[in-house]
Amino acid sequence: MKEKNTGRVAEVSLGATTAEGGTRTTTIVVGGDTALPFHHFEGEVPHRPVVAMEVQDIVPSWPEHLGKYFRDVWDKPGEWARKGVDVYGADLIYLKLDGIDPEGANRSAADAVAVVKEVLQAVGVPLIVVGCGNTEKDNEVMEAVAEAAAGEKLLLGNAEQDNYRTLTAACLGNGHSIIARSPLDINICKQLNILITEMNMPGNRIVIDPSIGGLGYGIEYAYSIMERSRIGALQGDKMLSMPILCTVGYECWRAKEANSPEEEVPEWGTQETRAIMWEATAASAMLQTGAHILLMRHPQAVALTRKAIDRLMQPNNY
Amino acid sequence: MALTGLEIYKQLPKKNCGECGPPTCLAFAMALAGGKASLDSCPYVSDAARAALDSAAAPPIAKVVVGSGDTVIELGDETELFRHDKKFYHETAVAFLVSDTLGEAELSDKVAEINQLAFHRVGLEYRIQMVAIKNDSGNPETFKNAVQTVASNTGLALALISENPEAISQALGPVASRKPLVSAATEANWEQMVAAVKDSGCALAVKAAGLDNLAALVEKITGAGYKQLVLDPMPDSVSRAVADFTQIRRLAIKKKFRPFGYPLIAFTQAEDPLEEVTEAAAYVAKYASVVVLKTTDRAALLPLLTLRQNIYTDPQVPIQVEEGIHEVGTPNENSPVYVTTNFSLTYYSVEGEVEGSRIPSHIISVNTDGLSVMTSYADGKFEAEKIAETMKKYGIEAKVKHRNIVIPGGVAVIKGKLEELTGWKVIVGPREASGIAAFAKSQFA
Repeated sequence: MKEKNTGRVAEVSLGATTAEGGTRTTTIVVGGDTALPFHHFEGEVPHRPVVAMEVQDIVPSWPEHLGKYFRDVWDKPGEWARKGVDVYGADLIYLKLDGIDPEGANRSAADAVAVVKEVLQAVGVPLIVVGCGNTEKDNEVMEAVAEAAAGEKLLLGNAEQDNYRTLTAACLGNGHSIIARSPLDINICKQLNILITEMNMPGNRIVIDPSIGGLGYGIEYAYSIMERSRIGALQGDKMLSMPILCTVGYECWRAKEANSPEEEVPEWGTQETRAIMWEATAASAMLQTGAHILLMRHPQAVALTRKAIDRLMQPNNY
Repeated sequence: MALTGLEIYKQLPKKNCGECGPPTCLAFAMALAGGKASLDSCPYVSDAARAALDSAAAPPIAKVVVGSGDTVIELGDETELFRHDKKFYHETAVAFLVSDTLGEAELSDKVAEINQLAFHRVGLEYRIQMVAIKNDSGNPETFKNAVQTVASNTGLALALISENPEAISQALGPVASRKPLVSAATEANWEQMVAAVKDSGCALAVKAAGLDNLAALVEKITGAGYKQLVLDPMPDSVSRAVADFTQIRRLAIKKKFRPFGYPLIAFTQAEDPLEEVTEAAAYVAKYASVVVLKTTDRAALLPLLTLRQNIYTDPQVPIQVEEGIHEVGTPNENSPVYVTTNFSLTYYSVEGEVEGSRIPSHIISVNTDGLSVMTSYADGKFEAEKIAETMKKYGIEAKVKHRNIVIPGGVAVIKGKLEELTGWKVIVGPREASGIAAFAKSQFA
């Protein structure tokens, strides 16, 4: 029994090669689906979901089970990104500018631009760049980043319901795409897409970040929001038809289950395996409900997820 | 597909006698369609009409029961393709595979390990359901002995995995009263398999590669009168499983295709234990009523069982955290005290931000029946009285030396009342959880 879908998820392309006005050696297209996730038998799933690994512009306070893989490079964002791509197989890089936070290191826009350039030089894959969460500072910094990397077709975030204009304008003017982040709410998600589109941003340059909530901490809300938004997209709702980015790594590494030592909770099993699986299991669930870009941290969780994607991309036509 | 009131009306006697309660047959039909009345109330309905209406009212996916006593597991009886349309009812049962080629001591050890697989988190207990014994030896006698060993060492439900009717027959005899799941009937063995399980009424998995073959085999078995079934379309890849499980669920629910109106069983294919769990996660999301695993690694099972709980949560009932005083980091008698509601999303947003502030703290969650701050305040469930009562009930005054409490900015108006009731100094915090880190830094760092 096949469902006839009239709609399609928008195709967003990330990264521009030299011929296209950028400097990337590889580019990525996400979205384009005309069916529910991995329902190859009744529609097209033209592009595989991708895994983005996280790099920060400041040494992160990550736990040992991440630290041991990245400590040698995490004060050098370029090398950190290269390790993610060359050693751990990241499809692209998600650069989080936590260093610009006025409550933290308070680095300048010029510092942030330098880091973005460093990462662009170090790797050939497309780049996602996201601010620290402080509205004013993010607007100032992301404008500078957008200009400095004009033509690279970055994916920049985060636009939110009460702060989307500056970023949208910066993306529009410099050829980038934008992340529209909503707080686990499908109405706000749609509303934000409408607002950004009204500023003349084409639908194929917007990516939704629905704020997934962690496994065991509300991920089922995101699961259903994403399922509903995919169904909406397939029924032709253009304002829900953008590809979806899930911040799996960020959510999972906040969870107690990824951070409690085995001595404290023996019945939960080995800590590192538990943390890896907290991330990989959440990613697996998000894939089933429509994720296009998964932000992840642990190298083994990345490897497991890439294998899971390989298996799910096998044809299942009848 | 449920019948409409008018379709039901056509089957009724149209006497308008009112003996069923509603004054007319049409009103009664409407009540039936809405699930508010039972056909039993009508004294005049014909047998033919009753049969027609009963079959239309039968659930699209049968409920199949495995196990007995304390370990009864209900499988199936699902009505939705998507959890947001209503809910998923019966959690995926998790089974662990053991081989009958293991020696008796090894087998008992393995079962003892499986028995211990329970997990506690966020005030809940996650349990596993079954031990599945596989007839790898090919020998009925060995299989029977292994099943006996497992049965005498566990209270969990059992699954007997063999395609040899003789092996099933022998092994089932002594454990039939425990109602194990038997897997599997195939095109080659189904008549003997049905004969083997018939007297006990055990659930029988039906296995055939390809949806058409599976439907045909199920029809043969139901035609022979056996209906305690579980379906295994034998997918040869995870991708195929997603497709097959979706087709089976769709045809059962949207088309009421009877041969597919039974619960699904999934066997993991990956050999690597961690890959196995990412695979199982897909089956939990995509309709498997039973998933059979090889790994018993606790660190991999905890996330899987957490996902199962998440997916099977009722989307219409807000999830709550335990009422009381929660600790973030290792707080002491000088640490800040925050108060919020017990709605899980609210609570975890606050907890996450407090954690992010890197200042160990106490958070009091007030029982607001799972409502968020503003909703519960509007509903009278987050008033000063309620907060004061919760503070007293859990003895916060014994946990800290200071007398300062932070309330959400949205309910700043209760500050005076709460101070009056408790004698504590009330500090109005930010309206949104995202403001907590900066707030904590300025107040407490």
